[in-house]
Amino acid sequence: MKIPVLSTSIVLTLSTLTYAQIKRDINKPGEKPAIAVPDLRGAGDAQRLMITFNSTLFSDLQNSGQLKMVPKTVYPLQVPQQPADFHPPLNGRPQGAWLTDWSGPPVNTNYLAFGYTAVQNNQIVLYGWLYDVAQPNTGSAQLIGKVYLGSLDESGVRKIAEDFGCDIVKQFGGACLSGSRIYFQSNRSGHKEIWSMNYDGSDQKQFTDYRSITDFPVVSPDGTKIAFTSYPLLPSSRAAADALQSNIQKPRENLGTPQIYVHSLETGRKLVYYNQQASMNAASDFMPDSRHLLIYSTAGGGFSQIYMTDLDGGGLHRITHSNALEVEPKVNPKTGSSMVFVSGRGGTAQIYRMNIDGTDVTRLTTGEGDAANPSWSPDGQRIAFAWTRGFEPGNYNIFIMDIATREIISQLTHGAGKNENPVWAPDGVHLVFSSTRGRSTQIYTMLADGTGVQQLTTKGNNEKPVWSKGTQ
Amino acid sequence: MTESERSRVVKSGAIVLALTLSIFAASCKKKVPPPPPPPPVTNTPPASTSGSNRAVINSFTAEPSSIERGQSSTLRWSISNATDMSINQGIGAVQSQGERQVFPTSSTTYTLNASGPGGSDSRTVTVTVSTAPPPPPPSATGPRLSSADMLQQQAQDAFFDYDKSDVRSDARDALTRDAALLKQIFAQDPNFTVVVEGHCDERGSAEYNLALGDRRATSAKDLLVQLGVPADRMKTISYGKERPQCTDANEACWQRNRRAHLSPGQ
Repeated sequence: MKIPVLSTSIVLTLSTLTYAQIKRDINKPGEKPAIAVPDLRGAGDAQRLMITFNSTLFSDLQNSGQLKMVPKTVYPLQVPQQPADFHPPLNGRPQGAWLTDWSGPPVNTNYLAFGYTAVQNNQIVLYGWLYDVAQPNTGSAQLIGKVYLGSLDESGVRKIAEDFGCDIVKQFGGACLSGSRIYFQSNRSGHKEIWSMNYDGSDQKQFTDYRSITDFPVVSPDGTKIAFTSYPLLPSSRAAADALQSNIQKPRENLGTPQIYVHSLETGRKLVYYNQQASMNAASDFMPDSRHLLIYSTAGGGFSQIYMTDLDGGGLHRITHSNALEVEPKVNPKTGSSMVFVSGRGGTAQIYRMNIDGTDVTRLTTGEGDAANPSWSPDGQRIAFAWTRGFEPGNYNIFIMDIATREIISQLTHGAGKNENPVWAPDGVHLVFSSTRGRSTQIYTMLADGTGVQQLTTKGNNEKPVWSKGTQ
Repeated sequence: MTESERSRVVKSGAIVLALTLSIFAASCKKKVPPPPPPPPVTNTPPASTSGSNRAVINSFTAEPSSIERGQSSTLRWSISNATDMSINQGIGAVQSQGERQVFPTSSTTYTLNASGPGGSDSRTVTVTVSTAPPPPPPSATGPRLSSADMLQQQAQDAFFDYDKSDVRSDARDALTRDAALLKQIFAQDPNFTVVVEGHCDERGSAEYNLALGDRRATSAKDLLVQLGVPADRMKTISYGKERPQCTDANEACWQRNRRAHLSPGQ
C-alpha cells in the first residue's frame, strides 16, 4: 500500500513495530500496563469528527481489558501531536514536552498514544503513534507509527479509531474486536427475530423478518453464514399475524415445527437447507471448516439427539444414541475433534464432553443443579457456561471451566438475575451474555474475569447473543 | 385456548342454544293449525228440466283447495252439452273435460261458465292461499359443536413434573378421557387432525426446554396411540417455554406451564 506523505519532517514506519511486542497476563490483577490517551485534534475539517474519534479510541482501549487507562485530568498541559514535538532536556533543563512528563508523577503512565488527523484527498487521515515513555529517547520509545485512512464521515472516523485502537491492543497480546459483530435474538419488533449490532451496542439492525418465533443464532467461523431455528409460519396465517402483531392475546398462529434456517451474511438471503422429517430440528454450531453444522433433532424418533449435517442439510450423520435429551453441541474451535454438549442422561441437565464421533463421553459438571449453554474460548482450552449450582432451579450464573482439568476457574456472576448464554468474543478476553438483572432480559458484555460489565441493549427483550469476528 | 377464550366459546354456545329455543317457542305459539280443507266441490248437476241441450257443469273442483303461497292447485272440470266454455282469472276458453294447474299468490275464486243452445251453467271454486312462515335463520355455528370447539372445550391438559417427560397418573387419567374424546371427534369428522403441543416452565434453558417440550408432546401422543387414537391424525410440536399460560415465578404457575395440550390441527 502506498501512503502519501504529508509532512516532510516525520518519518512514519508503515507497519507496526514488532520488536517490542509485550505480553501481559491479564489474569494478574493490578499488573495491567497503564496508558495515557490524550484527546487528538484534527486539522481543518477533520476537527468536527474528533469527538467521535476520541470517545471511540478511549472506550475501545478501556474495554479491551488489556490496559489501565490513566485519567485525562492528570495529563500535562503540553500534549505532543507528533514526534517532533518532543524535545529532550538540555543539561537537566526542560526544552519542551518530553517523555518524562508522562512517565513521572502525576501521570505515571507506561505508554502514551498520540497523533493528529487531517483531511487529505477528501479522506480523513490519522497519524498515530504509541510510545513506551520509560525509554530514554523517542527512537526507542516508538512502538507504533502508522497512517490510517478513512472516509470523511462518522463511520470513517470510527473505523480509523478502531483500527488504531486495535493495533495498540495487539501490542499487549490482545486480539482486535473491530469489525466483529454480535448477533442476537430480540422481540422488540413484536416477534422474536434475529438482530445484529456492533460489540459496543451501536448500529443495531434487524436481520430476519419471519414474524413467528426465530431464535438460537450461530455464525460460521468464516463469518459468511448464520444458522438459526425458526417455526415456519404456514401461508394461511401470514395475514393474520400481520393484523394481530401487537395483540397481547396471541392469535392462533399456524406454525410448523421448529426448523433450521441458514442465511448468507453477505447477501442476507436464505440458503437452501433441507430439514429432516422430524418434530424438531435445531441449529447449534458450525464446524471449524464453516461447511458442516452440528444440530440437535428428533430425526431418529424418540429423544432429541446430536447430528452433523452438511450446510444444505444433506449428509446427515448421527452422533449420539441415548435415551435422554441431548442438546447444544458445541465443537472445539481449535481442534474440531471434540465437542461439549448438554445432556439429561444423568438426570438433570449437565455438560458433557465427547469426541466428534461420539466416543469417550465424560461429564464435565458435577451433577449439581442444571447446566446449559457451553461456549468454547477461542483457544479451545476453556468453556464458559450457565449453571444453577448453589441457586434455585432457573437461576443461572456464568462459570468458566478449564476443560483439561475440569476445574471451575471462576464464577463471573453471583445471583443478580438469571445470567445465560455466555459466548466468548474473538479476542478470548471478553464474553457476551444475557441477564435479567434489570427489569427485562438484556445483553451485556464483560471481561472474562467478570469485570467491566457493559449493557448493550435496552429495547424489548434481547437474548441468545453470539459474537462473530466478522469476515476479515 | 386461554381461560377468557374458553369462557367466550362457552358463552357463544349458550347464546346460540337460547336463540334456537326462542325461535322454536315463538313459532309454536304463533302457528295456528291450518283449517281443514273444504270438502271438494262435487255439486251434483241439477236435474235436467228443459231438454237435453242445456249446458250442464257436471263437476268443477280445485285440489287441493287450500295451499301455501308458491304451491299449486289443480282445477278439474267436466261439462256436458256446452258449446262455449271458459274460466275467468285469465285462463280463458277450455274444453269440456280438462284440468289446469294454477299458481295463485293469494286466495282466488275461479268461475267456470258453460253455455249451450239449451241454456247455460256456472260454478265457482275458491283456492285459499296462506302465507308460509319464514324459514328459521341459519344458526351461527351449525346445529352441533364443531370438532375444534369440542376439542377446545373438553380436552384436558396432561401435566408433568419438573424436567420430566414421563406421564404421571393424573396425566394418564386426563389423556384417557382425551382419547375417548378424540375417537368421538374423529368418528364425526373424518378430516379432523390434532396437534399435541409440549410446553415447559420458565426455569430450564430455552434450548433444553425445546427438546423437553418435544419429549412431553411425544409421550402424550404415544399414550393416546396406545389408547387407540390413530397416530396419523396427530402431530406433535414443542413450544418449549415460548407460550406460557402464566408468567408468575411460583410452583402453581410453573405446574400450569409443564403440560401437553391438544389443539386443532391445520
